[in-house]
Amino acid sequence: MASTTPTPTDTAPPVSRSTGSTGRAGDKIFAGLSKGSGILLLVIMASIAVFLTYRAAIALSKNEGNFLTTFDWNASADPPVFGIAVLLFGTVVSSIIAMAIAVPIAVGIALFISHYAPRKLAAPLAYVVDLLAAVPSIIYGIWGALFLVPQLGGLNLWLDQYLGWTYVFEKTQIGVARSLFTVGILLAIMILPIVTSVSREVFLQVPRMNEEAALALGATRWEVIRMSVLPFGRSGVISASMLGLGRALGETMAVATVLSPSFLISLHVLNPGGGTFAQNIAAKFDEANEFGRDALIASGLVLFLLTLLVNGAARLIIARRKDFSGANA
Amino acid sequence: MKLQRKNRLRASALGALVVSGALVLTACGSDDNTKDSGSASGKPSAAAAGDIKCDGAKGKLLASGSSAQKNAIELWVKNYMAACSGVEVNYKSSSSGEGIVAFNQGTVGFAGSDSALKPEQVEESKKICTGGQGIDLPMVGGPIALGFNVAGVDKLNLDAATVANIFNDKIKKWDDEAIKKLNPGVTLPSTPIQAFHRSDDSGTTENLTKYLKAAAPDAWPHEAAKKWAAPGGQSASGSASVAAQVKQVDGAIGYFELSFASSQSIKTVDLNTGAAAPVAATGENASKAIAAAKVSGTGSDLALKLDYTTKADGAYPLVLVTYEVVCDKGNKAETLPTVKSFLNYTSSDAGQKVLLENGYAPIPAEINAKVREAVAALS
Repeated sequence: MASTTPTPTDTAPPVSRSTGSTGRAGDKIFAGLSKGSGILLLVIMASIAVFLTYRAAIALSKNEGNFLTTFDWNASADPPVFGIAVLLFGTVVSSIIAMAIAVPIAVGIALFISHYAPRKLAAPLAYVVDLLAAVPSIIYGIWGALFLVPQLGGLNLWLDQYLGWTYVFEKTQIGVARSLFTVGILLAIMILPIVTSVSREVFLQVPRMNEEAALALGATRWEVIRMSVLPFGRSGVISASMLGLGRALGETMAVATVLSPSFLISLHVLNPGGGTFAQNIAAKFDEANEFGRDALIASGLVLFLLTLLVNGAARLIIARRKDFSGANA
Repeated sequence: MKLQRKNRLRASALGALVVSGALVLTACGSDDNTKDSGSASGKPSAAAAGDIKCDGAKGKLLASGSSAQKNAIELWVKNYMAACSGVEVNYKSSSSGEGIVAFNQGTVGFAGSDSALKPEQVEESKKICTGGQGIDLPMVGGPIALGFNVAGVDKLNLDAATVANIFNDKIKKWDDEAIKKLNPGVTLPSTPIQAFHRSDDSGTTENLTKYLKAAAPDAWPHEAAKKWAAPGGQSASGSASVAAQVKQVDGAIGYFELSFASSQSIKTVDLNTGAAAPVAATGENASKAIAAAKVSGTGSDLALKLDYTTKADGAYPLVLVTYEVVCDKGNKAETLPTVKSFLNYTSSDAGQKVLLENGYAPIPAEINAKVREAVAALS
């Protein structure tokens, strides 16, 4: 029971550090291992990039359309015509919708679990959310197609009626809710666990002193959260969101099951249609010939680059905010 | 810490239980479904076993392709495997396009396709069929049903031009004048029409668009192709998903093989062909239309040219013929006996009889005779 008290854990790191450094051989092996795995990771990433670029180059050299602006995917035809405009648009828009819905909810749940919920409720609630991450995406897809899509009809009509003036929520084409908007909602549910659990961990790391100092100054619980928890956790929440965004960008089966694909770009997100990189690869791979597969790989390369860009941007944001967050304190 | 860890363990055990429980339940559910759909689409014919010759068939035969003949192949495989023990036929129903790709990569013993091989595909097949080439054997005929789901409407007559305008996004409501005129005495609601097409490359799409192009050239400006060309509408992958959407959505219309309509009890459109009365989508009516087809392939290739504009009484012109694509010479030694014996069964009288009982149409007798010759000559 003594181990449950916080004091030993506070002093634990220095103790283990001193015991670890007694064996110099162990240090060297560990350093070698970690350096090795770091290099291995870079090599794997580089070889993926080389492979994708090589296969993509074959396809791009024969493409009769413009790879960036063509609204079509006819890679197995003769002559091949294909472009990623629709896929890029669909991937980005559905991910933005997912982020817009998931991040506030996830932060809310994380705050509730870490600061508001009674202890008895917090743990089970945290695990229920984490369990969402264990559900395979095809199950989300089936659930989305059979339950979510029919249920969203009413919401779509409501959005069209009251928010139709925004252009984005105007519904110009009749149809079931097999749209990018529905995909966004589904993706939001799918990325909720990762964003929530990382945010929760970060919120729990807020130095006790900061919170107690704020309380001592007479702040309410909400003021404590606003003044010490949120600023401290901001960079953590951003990293969590980026992890979620990574999943949303690459999600395949759930999107393929729920979306009614078409090669059209429309900002009317309630209309059926559109497509994403991963969904298009899953849908077209089976019936593509050798060349068609190269073309799909070319589109995969764009997704690869997109993910790299997003992660790079996230690193930049975090690096800029690190000084203010108190994470170094 | 200890306390928490214990909780954690307990919670994850509980979670595992819930998840595995759910998995077990879903597994049961899907089992039941296959059983249901099997019995709904018809019982396997009891006579079959005696007619099947298994000579030399052994091991596992992989095949893939058209989802149009999925339900027919499933029954054939069931009967065949019951008669020939130790043989496993595994047909992956995907799409015609995928079947031919798999065939030309040499991964399957035969492929199912709703449209005959194109010249370049024949050329490609010569790499796989050493000394021979890929040929088309018409094996399953059937009507493409236009399934609809409109509340309060049980019977619907349409002609080719109206169908073309519906799928072309020109007619938008069910109480449109053009539809009213074809359906006197039927009260049509003002529900918006939601037209569903295939999102994957499909022989069913190609046959529908060939029909529309031939029977209503003014209303259907697009080329006939496996890929859907018209604007608007919604899409789904595979006949089964299109049928599922039509079943689910009020105001929907979509196209798929009749067997999908009958197994999910979806109402189908009667076509106004110019014959004395509108023609229903049935196996018999499709057979009448297929009987007018001519063989357009050369040698042992039996690709058919269908007549989509027939006005014969009781002939349903919106039909497709599914071919089994095999090598005439140069089939793989290990699968050849199984391919021969299986196709021998499917083209036999017993095999063709299974079709009519399940919403498909048998291949007309004189063409079927040539198919049997071609199967016997496979090497």
